Amino acid sequence: MKYEMVAGFETHVELSTKTKIFCGCTTQFGGDPNTHCCPICIGLPGTLPKLNRQVVRYAVMAGLATNCTIPEIAKMDRKNYCYPDLPKAYQISQFDMPLCVGGYIPLSNGRKIRLTRIHIEEDAGKLIHRHGDTLVDYNRGGVPLIEIVSEPDIRSIEEAREYVEKLQLIMRYIGVSDCKMQEGSMRCDVNISVREVGSDKLGTRTEIKNMNSINFIAKAMEYEFERQVDILENGGKVIQETLRYDDVTNTTSSMRGKEDANDYRYFRDPDLVTISVSREEVEELRNLLPELPVQKAERYVSELGLSETDAALLTKYRKIAEFYEEASKGTKNPKTAANFIIGQIFRRLDTESDKEAFDIKVSAEDLRELIKLIDDGKIKMNLAKSTLEKMLDTGKKATEFISESDMGGLDEATMISLCEQAVESNPNAVNDYKNGKEKAIKSLVGFVMKNSRGKADAVAAEAKIKELIAKA
Amino acid sequence: MSSRGNIKKLADMLESKKISCTELTQSYIDEIEKSNGELNAYVKKTPEIALDTAKKVDEKISKGEKLSSLEGIPMTLKDNISTDGIETTCCSKILKGYVPIYDATVWDILKKQNAVLLGKTNMDEFAMGSSCETSCFGGAKNPHNINHVAGGSSGGAASAVGGNIAVYGLGSDTGGSIRQPASFCGVVGLKPTYGAVSRYGLIAYASSLDQIGPITTSVEDAAIVFDAISAYDKMDSTSRGRQGAATVDTLNNSIKGMKIGIAKEYIEGVRDDVREAVMNAAKVYESLGAEIVYFDLPVLKYALPVYYILACAEASSNLGRYDGIRYGFKAEHYDDVNDMVKKTRSEGFGDEVKRRILLGTYVLSSGYYDAYYKKAQNLRGTIVNAFKEAFTKCNVILAPTVPMTAFENGNAISDPVETYLTDICTVPVNICGLPAVSVPCGFNAKGMPIGMQLIGDSFSEATILNVAHQYETAVPEAFRASDFGVKL
Repeated sequence: MKYEMVAGFETHVELSTKTKIFCGCTTQFGGDPNTHCCPICIGLPGTLPKLNRQVVRYAVMAGLATNCTIPEIAKMDRKNYCYPDLPKAYQISQFDMPLCVGGYIPLSNGRKIRLTRIHIEEDAGKLIHRHGDTLVDYNRGGVPLIEIVSEPDIRSIEEAREYVEKLQLIMRYIGVSDCKMQEGSMRCDVNISVREVGSDKLGTRTEIKNMNSINFIAKAMEYEFERQVDILENGGKVIQETLRYDDVTNTTSSMRGKEDANDYRYFRDPDLVTISVSREEVEELRNLLPELPVQKAERYVSELGLSETDAALLTKYRKIAEFYEEASKGTKNPKTAANFIIGQIFRRLDTESDKEAFDIKVSAEDLRELIKLIDDGKIKMNLAKSTLEKMLDTGKKATEFISESDMGGLDEATMISLCEQAVESNPNAVNDYKNGKEKAIKSLVGFVMKNSRGKADAVAAEAKIKELIAKA
Repeated sequence: MSSRGNIKKLADMLESKKISCTELTQSYIDEIEKSNGELNAYVKKTPEIALDTAKKVDEKISKGEKLSSLEGIPMTLKDNISTDGIETTCCSKILKGYVPIYDATVWDILKKQNAVLLGKTNMDEFAMGSSCETSCFGGAKNPHNINHVAGGSSGGAASAVGGNIAVYGLGSDTGGSIRQPASFCGVVGLKPTYGAVSRYGLIAYASSLDQIGPITTSVEDAAIVFDAISAYDKMDSTSRGRQGAATVDTLNNSIKGMKIGIAKEYIEGVRDDVREAVMNAAKVYESLGAEIVYFDLPVLKYALPVYYILACAEASSNLGRYDGIRYGFKAEHYDDVNDMVKKTRSEGFGDEVKRRILLGTYVLSSGYYDAYYKKAQNLRGTIVNAFKEAFTKCNVILAPTVPMTAFENGNAISDPVETYLTDICTVPVNICGLPAVSVPCGFNAKGMPIGMQLIGDSFSEATILNVAHQYETAVPEAFRASDFGVKL
């Protein structure tokens, strides 16, 4: 029997507002324990939450970028559960009136992963276990989160991977989160079940909690898929439960605890008023959204004539796309800038985080100046490439490395003279060519290029050399 | 007329240097020492703070600087109002030793005006109770007869003000907790419109119902204090501030032609002496040129269950934070974190608080939510609309504050349901977020004070205080002082 995977995601994304969701404390990661706290975010008796409007705006932007509808009103609810990292014994979240509903993420295979909703909520603190004691750090408590809930539309690990990457990409692009999974600013819970291929029924699902790496998600889903198939093949039944993924043993295990046994007793938070999102504000936020990566890549292909692969590479990080657009602006061939970036510049950026940071010494304007020298026929590609290396090393402009005499090409007389020299000083190559070795001409052209410091026109030189040999 | 101090009289005495602020403050401190043993109104006395402030005020007076309305006036805060550096316990064992690191907005306002804080007053534990007897410090006593309770939950404030060992006190009112003890102790208690006074720093019982307000000896004093504390506060999202001019300016307006409504359901079922006193007040109003209009308000019968469901539901969530981890009481012996939380709560909370947490948890549980909490929320809307309609027929509603006079000590907690029923007249106002003021309207045969309340539409504090003040002017003997405390 053949089985297919059915999975849905609940993704927590930390918003990059400067201050927390209900108080003025900083959201900065790290810091000595309990130093980013105040009476409000540690829930001292009598304190009241005050909603940070930027949180609403970022969440609405996230919704608009993922094709969600934004209802005119939303409300905040209390999710009650008792745990030492939650100082009020309830988390302020959204239950039945979230900020965003009904969006989708398009995948490259043409399928759409539907989003049920996006809501805002506060993060909890962190427990630290040390020397047999448990300590609690509330620095993270009250940091704003959005929870993006998908429908169970994911059918494979490849789709899961693409879904998470796309979400990450979009959130970073629109600037609402840095989505650093290793720092926990993006975390995923996966609901997963299996069914026979062709069936439209949903199987019993399990939920794998709190994963902070795309590779772990893939491995955990693979393990859990096989585990469930095994159970069904052997006539067993999958139990609905919450699981923890262990990346050392690559297994999932049942997680009894705070999440399981609870009835959250949701009710509207009486300390907060109804959130109104006017249509004007929605439009204002829509206008603030940058062109999204998918749209950008499409445009690069259709308008600029780049390959799909190159377009994808250039749009993966917003900084790179912006750099590319600035560098290629007004140049003759948009591919030239693309080749420089994907070739020489990417060679210096080893990791994904290097690419994301895109910390290079050359400005887009300086690269554009270099390309213009090529466009104007002032320098040849070879010289441009070696110049770019020097620019990347030093941060200096192209003109620092190219002398006046390098530019303006080669005059006819010099070119002919160099070609004559090439024929005269390389009798072996000339003979080889005469004897039918077509390739031998290349070394003669090479001579001309070298001695002209790359300024000669290789095609013209080759023609001249052939002419000289034929005459001889 | 009473010989006790009121705010304007004391302010005049200070400014005309008939008495220094230090002397005035010391006389209250001395009387507290004398009487608090019997009244148990204060659970925390702050004489050093009071005298420090008094000294500052005296310096200002000696420099000839003008004083603001409440400057130098000795006062109290209920023990659920957060005070930076001063222990705040809600009269619960679970908060013993808890010292706030910030000031409630109301205290911040008054502190800046050099209000002289005499101490924190007694209350039912977490404001849950009608007799002040659920306090972990024991109940406050009634200054008109110490064999009777002061009422609750702001019993300490009413006892202190009624016993003339404070000029005024701030209390909080979730289901009648300002008005009921004011009524029992023969003083004035104002429950402002929800949102008129900031709740920031008020330790929550039921957040959608709680409101801070003054307990005073006169309507004018209530107006002065209300005017001072009713400011918009950005720290409280539900805050609106006072809508309109200072209420103290319109106390003497004529009430001729004003329509005063009486709803049958408020009058039925109250004790005869109470009904009689309220109906006599109606006659006084007629003599002042007001028109009495009668109507039915049948939704009132739902008010009590709606109140107890909503208040307990919110309380069950609000009180979840008391787990012994961060502040206050922590059980001494425990096995692990869960055991610690369990034992801390078992030992730290009193019976009434536990009862309401259990009730609230139950009505919010999945499977019961629709039958209780959701239904109560819907009915809340119905009651709100019924009051809205009532205010198309009249300007203010006149009603008893409590169906009876102060209970004898120990009677209230013997039967909780019986005691809940006594909140029948006060809770509708909280459900609707309306303002209401309780004023004395006479004494029963045993000499215990009777109170009536004037209920207004949202943000009509000026109107109800005007109507109340006109009664006080016409019937000053209803405001007779007890034998306790400072005489001036």
